[in-house]
Amino acid sequence: MSVTDLAAKIRAGETTAVAALEHSLSVIAERDGELHAFVEVQTERARERARTIDAAVADGKNPGRLGGVPVALKDNLCQRGTVTSCSSKILEGWIPPYDATVVTRLMEAGAVIVGKTNMFDFAMGASTENSASGPTRNPRDPSRVPGGSSGGSAAAVAAEMVPLALGSDTGGSIRQPASLCGVVGVKPTYGLVSRYGLVAFASSLDQIGPFASTVADAAELLEVLAGHDPMDSTSLTSPVPEISAHLSDGVQGKRIGLCTDLVEGSDPEVVAAVRRAAEVLAAAGAEVVELSIPELRYGLSAYYLIAPAEASSNLARYDGVRFGNRVDGVDVTAMNTATRTAGFGDEVKRRIMLGTYALSAGYYDAYYAQAQRVRTLIIDAFAKAYENVDLLLGATSPTTAFEIGSKVDDPMSMYLSDVCTIPTNLAGHPALSVPFATGSDGLPIGVQLLGPGLSEEWLFAAAAVLEGGAA
Amino acid sequence: MSADLSPEEVLKVAHLARLELSQDEVTKFTEQLQSMLGHAGDIAALDIHDLAPTAHPFGLINVLRSDEVRPSVDRDEVLSQAPKAVDGRFGVPRIMGEAP
Repeated sequence: MSVTDLAAKIRAGETTAVAALEHSLSVIAERDGELHAFVEVQTERARERARTIDAAVADGKNPGRLGGVPVALKDNLCQRGTVTSCSSKILEGWIPPYDATVVTRLMEAGAVIVGKTNMFDFAMGASTENSASGPTRNPRDPSRVPGGSSGGSAAAVAAEMVPLALGSDTGGSIRQPASLCGVVGVKPTYGLVSRYGLVAFASSLDQIGPFASTVADAAELLEVLAGHDPMDSTSLTSPVPEISAHLSDGVQGKRIGLCTDLVEGSDPEVVAAVRRAAEVLAAAGAEVVELSIPELRYGLSAYYLIAPAEASSNLARYDGVRFGNRVDGVDVTAMNTATRTAGFGDEVKRRIMLGTYALSAGYYDAYYAQAQRVRTLIIDAFAKAYENVDLLLGATSPTTAFEIGSKVDDPMSMYLSDVCTIPTNLAGHPALSVPFATGSDGLPIGVQLLGPGLSEEWLFAAAAVLEGGAA
Repeated sequence: MSADLSPEEVLKVAHLARLELSQDEVTKFTEQLQSMLGHAGDIAALDIHDLAPTAHPFGLINVLRSDEVRPSVDRDEVLSQAPKAVDGRFGVPRIMGEAP
């Protein structure tokens, strides 16, 4: 049942928020022991909330667009009164004193928050293996990773524990796990969704977005989340795209570029899926052209200087003073050092050190500033491409889900998992992954659609076409 | 620009970032950071000095708000989550030495 139908049935009294929640809780009870998609299930709080929604319906009130719909939150989104740990050791047990704006919007829309989902420690990895509470497993094959860093949210939706979940995407952390778990994942235009209450990783790249089973459900959730928020200075003031209203627009007359740079180097089955997606779009009336944006090949290098640089600055706040864990020391510096040494995982330490180095005197221009110039190069290259095409098509992930443990000690090979998703974050553009094919290993393959800033209406309409033609 | 990061530089960076490394970690991280910086060699070679650096995708400038009184987060709730609170403040180890 679609999210729209579920909300409509709850609104009409044909089913209840409590029944929808109990269904979610029973699937979680059945499967999460194995999968570990959730770090926390807020059973009693959610039950109370569901009863409130049902009482509102009984009173003849409209509970909202997502009234009674169960939703999961990535563990880096602040929910007042509930532990938000970023699946890290340093924030273990921290209870935020306020709600993220996306949480407020979900509550205003009547959603029932079921729990917090597992993620890679501080959102810094493509597999959700490094988490203080252990790895999440891929529901399609539990020996595989679900992708990451929002792996718990992707797995929760793929295993039908919840119809909707929220993630965050700094270099592909929504789209890549969506592809690996066979669900829809959207990285919206930078600034479309407020980040107030999102634990910051790389602020010029981070964006919150939806996971759902279908393109229409993802649109429904994104429309609830989107819109200006004065609490986030990077929040856009432009009108929110009317995604649902344009969902059936199709791609007739649209020009779509199959971007070879976002396909080459991928597994042959992934390449074949993207080529078949191009055929489906062409059959639906789009003019599909093949094009190359060679500058995109520099995205990975630029990203792995910019994101660590911003992270090294953002994570300076974990000093054992105001929140999270503390390890005592003889003076403040010793306490800071002991706290950070014990509280951060290896990947977080690697990125903090790389970022500190890239920003340090003597290396700033060669590394950080050069990466920022590459960012300009990529933005200009995208802009030139979008003079000739409306949207771009490529792979989301170069591979299907890999085995747990196979890349965790090889940072570079893990980073390559995001090679097709990173350029979008550097440009601030929207992109989404839609499940499209199944590999010979039985694992899902997603394809990626990319567009210029605020092109969500076109993106979702094209994704709906692909969804209809998926194998 | 070279990627021959020395173990001494890794130790210095770790100190700046307030991280303590064991000898084994210095060896491991030196190797891994060298590999990461080595990968950045492709962009180091680009002649793009005429391009302006991008810090934000849409070139936002400072955003101001009107100076109005509005509710803040609750002090006691914030302090309840601090590792140590003393008299309504965050508690930390001594910062300065004893007075002479």
